[in-house]
Amino acid sequence: MLKDITLGQFFPGDSIIHRLDPRTKLIFLVIYIVALFTASNWISYGLVLAFLIFVICVSKIPLKSIVRGMKPLVFILIFTGILNIFFTAGETVLVSFWIITITLEGVIRAVFMMARILMLITGTFLLTYTTSPIALTDGLESLLGPLKKLHLPVHELSMMMCIALRFIPTLIEETDKIMCAQKARGADFENGSLIQRVKALVPILVPLFISAFRRADELATAMECRCYQGGEGRTKMKLLRYHRWDLYAFLSGALLLGAVITLHIFGL
Amino acid sequence: MAPILEVRGLTHIYSVGTPFEHTALKDISFSVEPGEFVGVIGHTGSGKSTLMQHMNGLLKPTEGTILLGGKDIWSDKALTRQSRFRVGLVFQYPEYQLFEETVYKDIAFGPKNMGLKPEEIDRRVREAAGFVGLSDAQLQASPFDLSGGQKRRAAIAGVIAMEPEVLILDEPTAGLDPEGRAEILENIESYRKAKNATIMMVSHSMNDVARLADRLLVLCDSRLVMEGTPKEVFSHAQELLDMGLDIPDVTRVFLRLRQLGLPVAPVYTLDQAVEALLALKGGDHRA
Repeated sequence: MLKDITLGQFFPGDSIIHRLDPRTKLIFLVIYIVALFTASNWISYGLVLAFLIFVICVSKIPLKSIVRGMKPLVFILIFTGILNIFFTAGETVLVSFWIITITLEGVIRAVFMMARILMLITGTFLLTYTTSPIALTDGLESLLGPLKKLHLPVHELSMMMCIALRFIPTLIEETDKIMCAQKARGADFENGSLIQRVKALVPILVPLFISAFRRADELATAMECRCYQGGEGRTKMKLLRYHRWDLYAFLSGALLLGAVITLHIFGL
Repeated sequence: MAPILEVRGLTHIYSVGTPFEHTALKDISFSVEPGEFVGVIGHTGSGKSTLMQHMNGLLKPTEGTILLGGKDIWSDKALTRQSRFRVGLVFQYPEYQLFEETVYKDIAFGPKNMGLKPEEIDRRVREAAGFVGLSDAQLQASPFDLSGGQKRRAAIAGVIAMEPEVLILDEPTAGLDPEGRAEILENIESYRKAKNATIMMVSHSMNDVARLADRLLVLCDSRLVMEGTPKEVFSHAQELLDMGLDIPDVTRVFLRLRQLGLPVAPVYTLDQAVEALLALKGGDHRA
């Protein structure tokens, strides 16, 4: 049940997408998002969508896993859709009764907005699905490197992110175990009123917090034992290097963005 | 006597239909008689913990059935919930599930969930605390102020307080010092004697299971590979060692003695070892 949470999970694989430099993927995601938000008509949306489908195919991530990751977002999607349908002013009125008016513009806008959110999230998922947490934070640290000149704690931030990502599965497993143990003592998480159900969370949250603090303490000790003292003078075993495929990725990203902007300017 | 627990053709597969699909149990069948002490051994990842979580309906079998007192625990919802109380399951490192302000309240969590009257809850908490040797002062303390061994015993008391007919313990002595281990094993025995309860215990200590268990189940790579009395199981010493499992220390010593040419019978507890050695000395009564 809890194991079904796929957010921020990494699917090991050996596709071209998996092997791309994490920095390439991060920059590419930014390009993709800009393109997505610049897209303003069917053709440019179609272009971005085609690109997304292409990347999904190349990455060999099963479509099922992507769809499963979408489940928690169904509510936001529907909410956005409804909001846009009802609150977009337009000229071509489709249905009108009482205070509600649905216009053609509203429906089109709703479809665009929902498609935008769906594609945005799928794209982000693809990044975390194909990039291991360590590679991701390495890439981020390297990309944000210039900000060190402004005395921003870049290394510390990326280390925090790395640890957080690393411990998501551990904490999920821990929660699962504690839930099972409390269920074995007759705890009931599925029935009862809302207040009862919130109260039923106490036997899970207290042990979970205690164990999280204990883990943090142990991790700090273990890091200190290995002489960790921040990013200063720390070298890396796996140096990030751009390869041929990264160049192709950048080129295709530039082409995508260029095409979408051109379409936007000419209003096609 | 009719078996209290019966497992028929149990198969469990985790994460069906994902890249992480993994068979944890494969076609396992056995039964447990009332009042029996069953030891479960097997190396890490052999499926012991998964098997234990099926006994009280925490996990649903992918295939097969689990009968408690002759009834399938998944046949209706009330029965599944009942099985949680009739089969008490103590997880590995149970001290990590303590959460209440006082030890007393934590032990009362299970009985409270059973919907018992306050007087009955009080009686059960005090009795359970008695079984595991916690004093009244400790009952009023915060569980987080206790020592490691005391925490473990408080957590076990939390399950014992439900007065389960079958008490299942998953490596109850892991990570404790010798004194703590001996205490926990004594606690389990005293509960068993007082309530005539059935015990299933997962353990890596062959010395403990050889001494305590009436019967042993041996799991290897998701399958039940051996089943029998400690004598029967430990007579296959070489097979156990090949599976990466251990054998009791005395069994090891006696195996070596036999290899050295001493005509001793295979033994698995200290008492038997003494007997065997005395028999060997024959008429000599200096011992």
